[in-house]
Amino acid sequence: MLSRDKWLGALYGLLVVIILWYAVSWVLKIPIIPSPFAVFIHIIEIFESKMEIHLLYSLGRILGGIAISIIIGVPLGYLMGYFDKIDKVLSPLVYFTYPIPKIALLPIIMLLFGLGETSKLMMIVLIIIFQIIITSRDAVKGIPQEIFRSLQSLGASKLQTFTEVIIPASLPEVLTATRLALGTAVSILFFTETFGTEFGMGYFIMDSWMRVNYLDMYAGIVILSFMGFCIFSAIDISEKYICSWR
Amino acid sequence: MIEIKDLSVKYQGKNQEILALDRLNIDINSGDIYTFIGPSGCGKSTFLYVLSGILKDYAGNVLVDGRDINPKTQRIGLILQNYGLLPWKNIYKNIMLGIKIKDREKVLDEYGIYILKKLGIETLLNRYPKELSGGQQQRVAIARAFILKPDLLLMDEPFSALDAITREEMQELFLNIWKENSVTTVFITHSVDEALYLGSKIVVFSPSPGRILEVLENPCFQADNLRYRDEYYDMSMKLRKTLDKG
Repeated sequence: MLSRDKWLGALYGLLVVIILWYAVSWVLKIPIIPSPFAVFIHIIEIFESKMEIHLLYSLGRILGGIAISIIIGVPLGYLMGYFDKIDKVLSPLVYFTYPIPKIALLPIIMLLFGLGETSKLMMIVLIIIFQIIITSRDAVKGIPQEIFRSLQSLGASKLQTFTEVIIPASLPEVLTATRLALGTAVSILFFTETFGTEFGMGYFIMDSWMRVNYLDMYAGIVILSFMGFCIFSAIDISEKYICSWR
Repeated sequence: MIEIKDLSVKYQGKNQEILALDRLNIDINSGDIYTFIGPSGCGKSTFLYVLSGILKDYAGNVLVDGRDINPKTQRIGLILQNYGLLPWKNIYKNIMLGIKIKDREKVLDEYGIYILKKLGIETLLNRYPKELSGGQQQRVAIARAFILKPDLLLMDEPFSALDAITREEMQELFLNIWKENSVTTVFITHSVDEALYLGSKIVVFSPSPGRILEVLENPCFQADNLRYRDEYYDMSMKLRKTLDKG
């Protein structure tokens, strides 16, 4: 579980945001900034009828994107970290493409893969996979040589080296990288959901905006943020649980 | 018996090839402790890595009981200066690592429990390495090596990171367990005192590139009150002189 301090910290953050939000809405008194309490009540009213389906779509896309990035990125990073030859071939590619703003590739991805789910997932994967590859690789490179030597002297196979050393040693850093990549992933999700779909929180927020329904729009923003926070906390908790040895 | 003929090791330095070991010739009898002593940087550790099968790029012949070194078929216990424990495994799992990889063994047998008690670490099994002192961690590493029932025990300055009192305690404990097993042991050290206390034979290395200067029978081995005897003083002077000549 998260420590009590962290929960208290999150609660404190939430309170400050609500107070500031309320203060601004009270001072300005304009429809573009409704009071947070009106928004919360509105969420309760419309969640099941109007928002649930959008939330499920977004959740599916973000979890899918993270899963694909881990399934491809982590093994690739491990191979690069463990085998110098693979690293020499792939590292320059990763370094060269890392600073390219992948979001700018969206039109190309959409032309190639259409407006459907594939291009949305691809955008998320394209953007977070690099962080995961680099972190996995560096985590493997950072394992002290003595640990490998102990295993080599025991005649451990490559597979045993991976399961006994490389995976457990790098897991904490991979989880941290995933957690940090999550913020970016949610932004990308929002962006991709504003095109070519009628489902997803991004669509819901932009659609409410077009319809000048600010309560709906705010409800969408709150739920999208809450979704991000929940995934973030879930990774944090599993990190604590899996890496209790730290 | 380990037969070493014309063993040379070179490695690639920044600008030129560096000779680490220069034509070593020595026969290591079964059931003896050989202490290898020499100044730092003389290639003692390199020598150990050859014997443990970690370093495969060498010239000359190294035969263990008439066969080439192969950590997959031989049982090699390796004890390093910084213990080589896996920080993400608790003490029990660390101790089991050797027999898990070698014999797919999952539980500790009677002999294993006997060794744990002898080393006084049977109550620490649920802890993680970082929760233990250096001396305790080294006990764990020793337990892991002995529980493996090795044909060959390789120790690379195992006690040099410990404080003086713990070090003497560990030397005694090690000898104690060793006497019951008489495993062929190669013990690397840079301490004259340790070489005399633990070695039935003492091998003196020259400064880089490592050559064997002399192989001495140690009359002090297993003598009572060793450190107060004349032989100890004589041998210690002799060793220091050989080392100084280099």
